[in-house]
Parts: sequence; C-alpha cells; structure tokens
Amino acid sequence: MSHAWRPLFVVIGVFILFLIVRAALVPADFVAKNGDYKYQWHRLGNEEEWKNFKVKYKGMQYCGECHDDQYEAITSSKHAKVQCENCHGPAIDHPEDPETLTIDRSRSLCLRCHAKLPYRPSTYYGLPEGPIRLAMQDPDEHNPDMECVTCHDVHRTEFKEDADF
Amino acid sequence: MKRRDFLKLGLITVAGLTLPLSAFELLTPEALASLRKKERKGRRWGFVVDTTRCVGCGMCVKACKLENEVPFEANVSRTWVERYVQLKDGEVIIDSPKEARYGYIKNDPQGREIKEEEIVKGFFVPKLCNQCEKPSCVQVCPVGATYKTEDGVILVDRSWCIGCMYCIQNCPYGARFIHPVHNVAEKCTFCYHRITKGMNSACVDACAFGARKIGDLHDPNSEVYRIVNTQRVMVLKPEFGNEPMVFYIGLDYIVR
Amino acid sequence: MAIEHVHGELWTVKELFNYPNEYVYWTVHIAVYPYITGLVAGAFVLSSFYHVFGMKELKPVAKFALVFSFALLIMAPQPLLFHLTQPQRNYHILLTPHFYSAIASFTVVYFTYMIILLYEIWFAYRPYIVTQAQMRKGLLGLIYKILTLGSYDLSEKARHTDEKAIKFLAAIGIPSAAFLHGYVGFIFGSVKTVPLWKTPLMPFIFLMSAVISGVALCIVTYVIGCKISKREISEDAVRAMGKLLAWFIVIAFLLESIDIVFHGYIAEESWEILSIILFERIFTKMFILQWGMGMILPFILLILPRLGVTRAFISSLLVVIGVFMMRMNVINYGGQGMSKSLSGFMTYKMPIIPNSLETLREGLPAVIFLLAMPFVLLWIFNKILPVFKNIEAEEH
Repeated sequence: MSHAWRPLFVVIGVFILFLIVRAALVPADFVAKNGDYKYQWHRLGNEEEWKNFKVKYKGMQYCGECHDDQYEAITSSKHAKVQCENCHGPAIDHPEDPETLTIDRSRSLCLRCHAKLPYRPSTYYGLPEGPIRLAMQDPDEHNPDMECVTCHDVHRTEFKEDADF
Repeated sequence: MKRRDFLKLGLITVAGLTLPLSAFELLTPEALASLRKKERKGRRWGFVVDTTRCVGCGMCVKACKLENEVPFEANVSRTWVERYVQLKDGEVIIDSPKEARYGYIKNDPQGREIKEEEIVKGFFVPKLCNQCEKPSCVQVCPVGATYKTEDGVILVDRSWCIGCMYCIQNCPYGARFIHPVHNVAEKCTFCYHRITKGMNSACVDACAFGARKIGDLHDPNSEVYRIVNTQRVMVLKPEFGNEPMVFYIGLDYIVR
Repeated sequence: MAIEHVHGELWTVKELFNYPNEYVYWTVHIAVYPYITGLVAGAFVLSSFYHVFGMKELKPVAKFALVFSFALLIMAPQPLLFHLTQPQRNYHILLTPHFYSAIASFTVVYFTYMIILLYEIWFAYRPYIVTQAQMRKGLLGLIYKILTLGSYDLSEKARHTDEKAIKFLAAIGIPSAAFLHGYVGFIFGSVKTVPLWKTPLMPFIFLMSAVISGVALCIVTYVIGCKISKREISEDAVRAMGKLLAWFIVIAFLLESIDIVFHGYIAEESWEILSIILFERIFTKMFILQWGMGMILPFILLILPRLGVTRAFISSLLVVIGVFMMRMNVINYGGQGMSKSLSGFMTYKMPIIPNSLETLREGLPAVIFLLAMPFVLLWIFNKILPVFKNIEAEEH
C-alpha cells in the first residue's frame, strides 16, 4: 500500500480517540428536545435548575401573615396595589434571614411615583373603585427640606395625626 | 490506484472525517418533522406592557435585580424602563439612566434641562426579553447553552455557556448581557422560577400601576390572552422575524 | 456585592442613547481572529498558485507559504481564548456543536483545513524529512523519524505519488481555506441586528481582504526572512507575488466599496446613523487608512513599471496594516460603533496599558503577543522544516 495513506490513518486514529473522549464528556441529558435542534438543543437538567432558583419576593399576603395591622391598613388605602416589598425590599427568609427589613424614609423613594413630571400619566387605574387622580408634587416646591413621611402616613395614604402644617 | 479513485476516496474520507456525529441530529425524523410549521398546543408564556400606565417609577427594575441576583449597582439589567420625550422641533430625546433602577424623579432627559413648554409628547417604555418564538439569539449559540423551553421561555445554561457573546450580538432588543458575577450570558427569564410555581414575575408584582402583565397566550382565561386578542397591540421590531412575545399597548412610532 | 464594572464597560464610551445592556462586547480579539485566519488562507492560496496553477516564479516561496500558514493556523484560535469569558470551556464547541450557529462550524472548517495543510506539508517535505531522518541523531533525528511515519520510500514512483498528492491537496485546500476564512465573514454577515455587518457580500469581502493580507505578509516575511538568514531573495518570486497582490486588491476594493454604495443608495432606517459613523466618526480610519493607504496607494505602487523588491515590500507593509485596520473598522469601530436603538454611539477604547487582569487580557500587549507569535512559531518550525533554504538544491 502506498505511503500516501499513512497520515490519513493517523488522522483517523486521532478522530476515533476524540469520539471516545467526547462520549465520556458530553452530559448524558444533552438533547435536541422535541427534535428541535434549532431552538431546543440543550442540557435537559438545566430546566429544573432554573425552576429551583430561590424566590426572594414573597408577596403582600406573606407579609400580612404577621404584620396584619399594616397589611389591613394598606390594602384599604390608595396604596392597595403597592407591594410591601417594593419599599421594604424582598422578604427572602425574613424573619429568619434577614431579621429586619429596611425602612426607607427618604424623599427619593416617594418621588419615584409622586414627583411631578410633564409626561407622567396623571390618572391611576389600579384601584377597584375605579380611576383616581395620581397625586403628584413638584419636589423643588413642596417642602423640599422635609421627608414625605413627616406628614404622610404611607400605609393609610392619609395625613399623620401629628402632622404639623 | 487510478487518479479518479484516489480523488474520490480522498474526498469522501476527508468529508466524512469532518462531520462530528452530532451533525446527524439534523436528520432524525423528529428534527425533520419539526421543520414543518406546527401549532403548539401547550402553555405559551406571553407578556403585555401597557405604556399608557407606566409612570417610570422603576420599581420593576429594582425588584428584578434583587429577585434575580443581578448586582444592584452594576450597569446592566434584565429589564429596564426607557423615557421618550419629543420636542416641538421634532427632536426625540431617549434615555434610561441606570436602567431606571432609581426611577425617574426629574425632568432631565439625557441630563439636559428641558423646558416643559418645549415638550409635545413624552412617555415611558418598559422593556425586557421578548422570549421570542424564533429567537435569533438561540439560533447562533455555538454550544447549545441557550435554548427555548416547551412553554416558550428562553433560558441560559450557566454551566455550559462559554461566553462567546454571539447571542448578545444577535438580540435585536439589547436584552442580553454578561452577568458580572457568573461571567456568562444573562437575560430576563420571565422569572421562570416563579411563574412555574403559579406566582407572577417579580416585575409584574412590583408594578402598582398595572403596566406589566404575564400569562399564558394559549389560555382564553388569561388576561394577556384577552388583551392580545381583543385590543390593538404592537411588538418591537417585528421586521427581524423573531416573533417577540411581549405585546405593547400604546407603542408609538418614535419608540426604538 | 460591590461590582466595579460589567464586561465591556471598561472600554466602551457611550453617547446619546444606547440600550442599558449595550457595550462593545466583541473587542480587538475578534478583529485579530479573522486577521490571522485571513493570513492563513492568503498564504495557502499563494502556495496553491504555484502547485495548482503552475506559476513557476513562486517556487522559492511555495513551501515557505505552507509552513507559515501552519504557524498562523496554530495561533488562529488563541485570540478567541483571550476573548471568551469562560475560555476553559472552549472544548464545549467540540462536544455539543450547534451547527445552526456559524461559530460552531469552526470545529469542522478548522480541523479539515489543518488536516489538508499538514498532509500537503508532509508530502512537500518528505524527501527532506527522510534524508534527515537517516542522517541525524539525537532528539532532532527522533523528530524526523516520527515525521516519516515509517515510510522511507523515495523511489521514482513514490515521488510521483507525492507530486500528485500535493497537487490534489493544494487544489482542495483552496476551498477549504476559503471556508476557514469565509465562514468568519458569514458570522458577521448573518448578524441581522448590526446594519454594517448584515450583507451577503461579507464572506467575500472578508475572503478577498484575507487573500491580500496573506500574500502581502508572505512578501514581507519572505524578504525579511531571507535578509536575516542571509539568503538570496528571488526577485521573480517577489514580482509575481506583487502582481497577484495588485489584482486581488482590485477585487477586494470593489467588494468593499460596492457594499458602502449599496448601504447609501438603499438608505434603510439605519443609514442615518451609519453614515455619521462612516463619514464623520471613523472617516480617517476607514477612508484614509484602510482604503487610501491600505489599498489604493499599494495598488498604484505595485502596477507602476519596473516593480522591484523594495517597492513591493513597502506596498505589502501598507496592505498588512490596512487589512488590520479593515478588521477593526468593520468589527470594533463601525459595526459596534452604534446602538441597536439607532439613537446613540459607542466608541471602543482598547486598553493600552494594562492595570488589571481584564485589561491585560483585552489590551494592546495581548494583541502584540498574538501577532508576534506566528513569527516565533515560524522560526521554530524553520529549524525542522526549513523555509528559506533551497532544500532541493542542497539535496543534489
């Protein structure tokens, strides 16, 4: 046989070696699911891994299980659709971890919704009673040196009893 | 050996050697069958964004980052809110300061002082991964690290992604980025870990204004089904052929 | 957890509006990669002009071009390893390739070409390898003995087989080399989201600039290599390479300019911002350096009468630099110079002085290292398979 085939045998040998190594390294559950090699070529086990990702935000009702006073108050107020965790951060494993959630009293938190902008929609449709006006203030004019919570009770969307104005 | 045989044998051998066996996945009966258009019956996640309701508070961005462990101070996000301001002279100013993670508090598009009288039109546009039906990002992943689930969500296998960033280049919407901690491709998953448990995506819960809704596009009882099939809705960049599954109410021609 | 920056933030400057997640993700390494594979293809095509199309004047550089192509081929995937955020997982592309992705075809085209190239080099150097194996002792002798693959047949019949094999491999090697580099053009051409890249012309634009860069670098390296090893430069070979270079420059220039003309004529939505990038932001880089100094001037230098070694050398140097500019202009400054929102710009600022692992990986020193290594490898290979020495003449 001609010497010309020798390199080819080397190549074939290396290729077979590669196939053996590959068979050992490819995850067993790597498939083209539903035969869809274009969009579903993946390691099947990853789907479960994503489903098991830890949930951090528990939702208002979870908060209400212990903090029933604030829960009752806010769900009867204009902030009924505002999640507790929006302002207080995610519950995660509260009360075990973290033991306490943050209480953010800064103006900038309230201004996110209530700062007057020319293009901010002025009607709020989130309440079962129907559309109401979204209360907005010009932050430079409306008590710029005070925190909103000085006068405003956020859980009841009312003025505080001791608000001094 | 005759020259012709030499050539033939050589060509066949070289060609045969160069086909890794996984190429034959393309020829299985199921693969060929799936090339024909088929209407899938099962659950298909879809999203509705109502830009007439969005006030630009950015609570969705905050919730998303904290729920999905994208570092809060990092200048990337799975979801973001854009602000569009059109002026009298026709100029359109677009911005999304820090993806709107701190919301919009001032009238300062792109940091410019714009007088209110100059503005003719303005609104906010929340954006996220469109979980396309024909995702151009999945098409170009060289290793099969990103894929579409049976219920229509596009996920990334963090243990398999090599970080070539081809998927990031191929997303028309800028939904993808490199996760600063895991150093692989990252994107919105519709909070797959929540919706598969009957919960809402974190951004949907966080929106007190009802600007974001998620549901099963194949379920006549779901709100997204109702909206998409009764109202005038639009998608972003339909010309790319990706068939995005996030439907917008109130999308304007100036939106990019 | 405090994060200083995300991937891309260090070398991207954003202006006006960009989607928050947009950065220049494909950096200089993604320009170096097609640059090197282009040199691989160009060098091979040059060699095939001798072996297949019988351009006798190229005989002195035919073997050199092959070995140089191999040195470049070894270095071709290295910029990719510098670029990946998970380079240690690079073998995933061999384990579970997704052939709908152009990048996955790297596995097929790279190794196919490598097999053909090595095969051809083996046949071309076989007489030398066999005689050296019989003569040498020690480590070098062992290397040559292994390279013979057990065959010491230098009969008339065997040499005849070698000649036929070389011709065959040089012929099928041309489409293989074309695929090796053409698929890279396809990678960019098929990205529908980047207006500057999306064109069916892209594989051909890349391929033609690959050929001119390969031929030009062969001229440069051949001249310098001969000077260093004190060997006679074949003026005929240089002139022949120069003529080839000139005509391929014409084709390359035609393809590149037609692409821009079409963009401007059709004037799609992206043209407004694309034209600002081309004609204002990267005007010097593109039209002065890449086209002017990189193609038009070298072409004029090459076709003026009485082409000599010096003029061909200067012309080739300009082409080599010009094509590198082309890669960077298309990939880093042009294609990724704008936001997908078509409403903002991004400027790529390649890190020059590294001050961290990331800037070392992505910076100028890494680029210099990658571009220098093929020459180092060539020098090493030259010790076993001499490229500038006329081994046939010495044999007799």
